[in-house]
Amino acid sequence: MAPLSDATTETDADAEPAALPGDGLREGIIDDLRSRIGEALLDTHITPNDDLWVRVSTESWAEAGAALKAAGFTYFCFLSAIDWMPSPYGKGEEVPGEELDAAEGSASDEADAARGGSEADDEPAWETGVSGGETRMQVFARLVDLERHVGVTIKADVDDDAPVVDSWTGSFAGANWHERECHEMFGIGFNGHPDLRNMYLPGDFEGFPLRKDFPLLARMVKPWPGIVDVEPMPEFENDEGGDSE
Amino acid sequence: MSSLAIEIPYWGQSIFRVVGGLVAVLLPAGTIVYLFLFKMMSFMQSRLGPMEAGPYGSMQLLAEVGKWMQKEDIAPDNADKTIFKMAPLIVLTSTFLLIAVVPFGPEAWFTDFSAGVFYALAVGSVSVLGVLVAGWASANKYSLLGGIRGAGQLIAYELPMVLATLGVVIQAESMNLNRIVEVQNTGEIFGFGGLGNPFILTQFVGFLIFMIAVQAELTQAPFDMPIAESELVSGFMTEYTGFRFLIFFIAEFATAGVFAFIASILFLGGWGVPFTWFGWENLDEVAWWMNLVGPGIMFTKMLVLTGIIMWVRFSYPRFREDQLQTFAWKFLIPLSLANIVVTAILKVAI
Amino acid sequence: MTMMSDRQQLGYIASQAADARLNVELETEGMTLNIGPQHPATHGTLRIIARLDGEQVVWAEPSAGYMHRGYEKLTEVRSFPQVTTLINRIDWLGSFANEVPFILAAEKLMEIEAPPRAQVIRTILFELSRVANVSLFLGDLGVQMGAITPVFLAFRDREYVLNLIEGATGGRFHPNFDRIGGLKDDLPKGWIDETKQVMTKLIGFCDEIEDLLFGNEIFQSRMRGVGVIPATVAQEYGLSGANLRASGIDYDLRRDQDLPMSWDLADWRVWTHPDGDSWARCWVRLQETRESCKIVQQLLDQIPSGPVMAKVPRIIKVPEGEAWVSTENPLGEMGYYVVSKGDTGPFRVKIRSASFNNISITPWVLKGVYVPDIITILASLYFILGDIDR
Repeated sequence: MAPLSDATTETDADAEPAALPGDGLREGIIDDLRSRIGEALLDTHITPNDDLWVRVSTESWAEAGAALKAAGFTYFCFLSAIDWMPSPYGKGEEVPGEELDAAEGSASDEADAARGGSEADDEPAWETGVSGGETRMQVFARLVDLERHVGVTIKADVDDDAPVVDSWTGSFAGANWHERECHEMFGIGFNGHPDLRNMYLPGDFEGFPLRKDFPLLARMVKPWPGIVDVEPMPEFENDEGGDSE
Repeated sequence: MSSLAIEIPYWGQSIFRVVGGLVAVLLPAGTIVYLFLFKMMSFMQSRLGPMEAGPYGSMQLLAEVGKWMQKEDIAPDNADKTIFKMAPLIVLTSTFLLIAVVPFGPEAWFTDFSAGVFYALAVGSVSVLGVLVAGWASANKYSLLGGIRGAGQLIAYELPMVLATLGVVIQAESMNLNRIVEVQNTGEIFGFGGLGNPFILTQFVGFLIFMIAVQAELTQAPFDMPIAESELVSGFMTEYTGFRFLIFFIAEFATAGVFAFIASILFLGGWGVPFTWFGWENLDEVAWWMNLVGPGIMFTKMLVLTGIIMWVRFSYPRFREDQLQTFAWKFLIPLSLANIVVTAILKVAI
Repeated sequence: MTMMSDRQQLGYIASQAADARLNVELETEGMTLNIGPQHPATHGTLRIIARLDGEQVVWAEPSAGYMHRGYEKLTEVRSFPQVTTLINRIDWLGSFANEVPFILAAEKLMEIEAPPRAQVIRTILFELSRVANVSLFLGDLGVQMGAITPVFLAFRDREYVLNLIEGATGGRFHPNFDRIGGLKDDLPKGWIDETKQVMTKLIGFCDEIEDLLFGNEIFQSRMRGVGVIPATVAQEYGLSGANLRASGIDYDLRRDQDLPMSWDLADWRVWTHPDGDSWARCWVRLQETRESCKIVQQLLDQIPSGPVMAKVPRIIKVPEGEAWVSTENPLGEMGYYVVSKGDTGPFRVKIRSASFNNISITPWVLKGVYVPDIITILASLYFILGDIDR
């Protein structure tokens, strides 16, 4: 045994892993949250015995975080955002140059179409993931209850025209850096954040790199050699008799 | 009276002493670096150390010196250049001043001050100036922190060192280093004179305090905050390159050697063998050949002591600055004061 | 569980008091010290801007991003199997462990599971990468405090583990061995026996480090009571791994969630420490390394026979959906939030790396400490730069 391990530094060795929480647990969490924030809880999604998603309204984003913290989700895992617009540039597999113009054209077209569409009939040109969504961008975060060993992913829509939500730094101090990262990568503002400086990029950088309409410049100038990987393997290529020996 | 001095003229003596001083400083430094820094450290860390230059890498140090000499001598733009360039020399000078009073045999000394201990402790702290000056003149925040740490540390540990030496002085009733050697080698332990009376036995606490203070004075781990390569990136030496860094480097190990010489004189009986072995009564009767054997004995004792210093250096992590000061002021100094009081009482009583 | 121990409480009060005192007593003009980006204590290019009052830190903030490689963007133009090459390089000391959660997330979306043999081998390699990673941490601890000897012992013994990883995967640093549906290859002949011997050596290494470093009084006086992080604060900042457990929270993703991995086959325990200081964090890591060795030793006897690869299509298209999988990596909780649109590549991958959260607490914890404590606290939080910047 370790010479330095004494009674004061040990915890119960025989602490049994908690029994696997079932659906009832997650439904209970949803009910609990609904009782705390009411109508602001817009949508939920459960994969049985596995995971839980909730979507709250934009205005109640910070409030929902605080409510979940009060409900026992005291562990802050991460906070980020997602841009649901399909990338106008594809996976960068096209030969650059030829299709660059087309890609740019389609990018603006699609973006316009999307914006127009959402204004016209609330039918976005992109599909959002589990627990739904109405806007192009969503913020999402994950909190964990360390007692019950259950995590929840919480999402909120971000207004397309004024991408600003409330900051979580009031309830979770650790959200500070995550919101800074999110701000510089997606251009989402956080009300009440103490210091929204850029974390990685130079201060005068323009654009928001993780938005889908931000081109990955390396792909624009040179074709991705890894394309080969998704092409047929050599044995399937034989009958085509390509340029390879 | 030095028997050698009678036979050669004054200028010859001067040259002889300068050469002797260089040898007495550089030879221990080189030996310490090769034996301990290169080989013992490698052995402790399960590696070989330098193996290419010379047999078992014994010429490595010369290669390193050659490398450093070739490098450009850079001073930062904002540095106070004159002082910046002087600082390593101040540190090295302190080492050479120290060696001046160290006796290597009954007549093999450079000067024979009657207050040799006093002189040694006084010039030993000149190196503080060098460290402080280097830290300040570098125009670098890390160097500044290192220099100030160094000054604070060296002053704090000067005191226990002086106080530990006082015990020896009280017991030997002399501040002359040769006389201290004589007292130890003619002394008796409970009427048994076969071993003499090296003060490490009667002044063991003093010896420990002295060695700890030497460790701090030399800024070796666990007291190496002025250098602190993982925090201050070598502290006051950060901005030094080429041969100026080399001088710092030599001074570090040469000072280690000289302090070990002094410690061996104060506590281990210096160059002498117990005089009763050869029937000598006092210093004047010691045979002339001790002038040749003495340096060898001193060298051996020096290697043992520096071996311990380096051993501690390679195995201990370093203190924090406040812990270091606490240790000096709240523990070492009271302890050394108590040591003096006990020594004085016993001296009078016995 | 979330109650603060006395020592934590005291540490918290002390830090608040230091905060207040500094605000009142600050009369001298402070000095701003830039630690990094090129500094031996930052293992890479982390920069810490510290405002000092003498030797005391008034205010400190890390500035990351000198090594940002934009992996989240790059994953969007890669196919699923190609992503593992990227994420190998996030925490470069425990590369294999990086691949596992992503592969598990992809498998979860595809609703396939690796065969039992692959699961056990995956777990073994996962734990080996933890041993390789943390053994370097243990050696490095000494260097941060000027004790140069332990790091050589660490490099010596870590080499054995790297040799094993190389033997099994072909890569020492970036194995890229995990595949959706299993593993690239089976284990080579003789690997199991060799691994058993190496694990004995590594347990010996842990004892050696415990004697040499953790038993050293100076080391203890440098670490104990320094950089105390109370349990509530640790949760707010999302600290994970040993940093969380050192604050007294008994939470380990290997035990507390249900993944198709084989940790439950072995008998091991989760170590926690009530103090929450630098010492606790290092101590918990030391115990974890030992536990990892034990897990590997036990699993080596339980590798079932069978294939190491499930039946998966040649060109992998992952069905539409979202999945979050995180595992207890050497540095802490590493997770991937994978969004797929039914394509060959992911639509969006959010990489939740442990060090990002672990380092984000530094402005809080560095307030009021001395300059040398910056180094020990950073060392005890244990970050890999690639894991912060991604």
